[in-house]
Amino acid sequence: MMIRSELLKSIVPVITDRLVVCNIGLPSQELFQLDDQPSNFYMLGTMGLASSIGLGLALAQSETVIAIDGDGSVLTNLATLATIANNVADNFILLIVDNGSYGSTGDQPTYAGGKTSLTAVAQACGCEHVVECQAAETAAELQAALDGGRMTIIVAKCESGNIPVPVIEMSPVVIRDRFMNEVRRKGAHGRN
Amino acid sequence: MTSTLSGRIVDDLVRNDIGFVTTVPCKQLAGVIDAIERRNDILHVPSNKEDEGMGLCAGAYMGGRRPCIIMQNTAIGVTINTLATLIQFYQIPLPMLISYRGEVGEKVACQVEMAVHTKALLSQLTIPTFHFHRPEDVEELDGILKYTQMCKKPTAILTDASFWGVA
Repeated sequence: MMIRSELLKSIVPVITDRLVVCNIGLPSQELFQLDDQPSNFYMLGTMGLASSIGLGLALAQSETVIAIDGDGSVLTNLATLATIANNVADNFILLIVDNGSYGSTGDQPTYAGGKTSLTAVAQACGCEHVVECQAAETAAELQAALDGGRMTIIVAKCESGNIPVPVIEMSPVVIRDRFMNEVRRKGAHGRN
Repeated sequence: MTSTLSGRIVDDLVRNDIGFVTTVPCKQLAGVIDAIERRNDILHVPSNKEDEGMGLCAGAYMGGRRPCIIMQNTAIGVTINTLATLIQFYQIPLPMLISYRGEVGEKVACQVEMAVHTKALLSQLTIPTFHFHRPEDVEELDGILKYTQMCKKPTAILTDASFWGVA
C-alpha cells in the first residue's frame, strides 16, 4: 500500500495544470516538492478548510477544482460534507486522502482510522457520488471523476507515513495572487 | 424599519459587486438573510459554522466573486484562527456584517458574555471595526465596502439592537 506522498506522486499527471486547493501541512509541502504550479493553492494554516475553499472556488467560477484534503482535516470540519451535498458544483472534486492519522503532527490516529467511515458520512450528508478506493486506484478514479463532469467525493485509503519535506517559504499573498492569475488565465474568473 | 434597512444593505452589497454571501443565522439578521436569499445576483451559501463560511468566502474571492459573511458576534470566538491565518494572512477582503447581540435591549443574558469581549477581540486582531447604532448609520455601508476592497482586509460592521429598531 502507498503512503500519502506516493499517492500524490501518482496523481500528479492527472492534476497538473488543474486548479488544486491543497490541505495544510505535509500534503501541501509534498505537492510543492512534487509539482509546484501556479494553479496550486497551498494552505499554510487553518486546518480543516481546504474543502470549503475548494467549494467556494468551484461555485464562483466554471473551471474544475480539485480539493486535496485529509481524513483528520475533514473530521475537524465535518459539516462541510453537508454544505457540499446541498450546494452541488459539478466542477468540484473532493479528494480525501484517508491514512487514518494526523500525518503532519506525528501520525496520531484519527477516528477515521477507527470506527468512522468518511465515505458513509459523505453519503449520509447527501453527497450523491462518493467513491472509496485504494491508494493505487486514486489516479484512475480522479480521471474518471474529471471525465464524468459531476461533483464527486473520493475517499482514497492509504497507509500513514511521511517523507521529510521542507516547509513552504513562498509568501501567502504570492500563492494567492499567482493562483488568481491562473484562474483568470483560464478565463473562468467570476463565471458561474 | 428592519425590512427597509435590509433592502438598503443588500442594495449596497450588490452595488459593490458582492456576488457571494454566506450566512449563519441570528434572529436580528433574519430580515437581511431573507433579502439576500431573494436576490438572483447574489449566490447565497449558508454555512454551518462561521470558520467554514470564511473558507467558502476565500474560495469565492479567488474565483472572482467578492464575498461577504453575515453572522452573529459570538462567531468572533469561533473564527479568530481563520481570520488570522486565512483571511488576513492571504489578504482577502472580507466585509463581515455582524449582529451585535448583548447590547442595550438584549433579552438573553448569555449574549452579554460575548458582547463584552467583541470589540476587544476585534481590536486585538486589528480588524477595522464600525458600529451601527442608529438606522441612519447604514449610510456608511457603501463606503465601508469600498474601503474593504481597497485595503484587502476583513472588516467588521457591528449592528446592534438599536440599529435594527428592536432595542
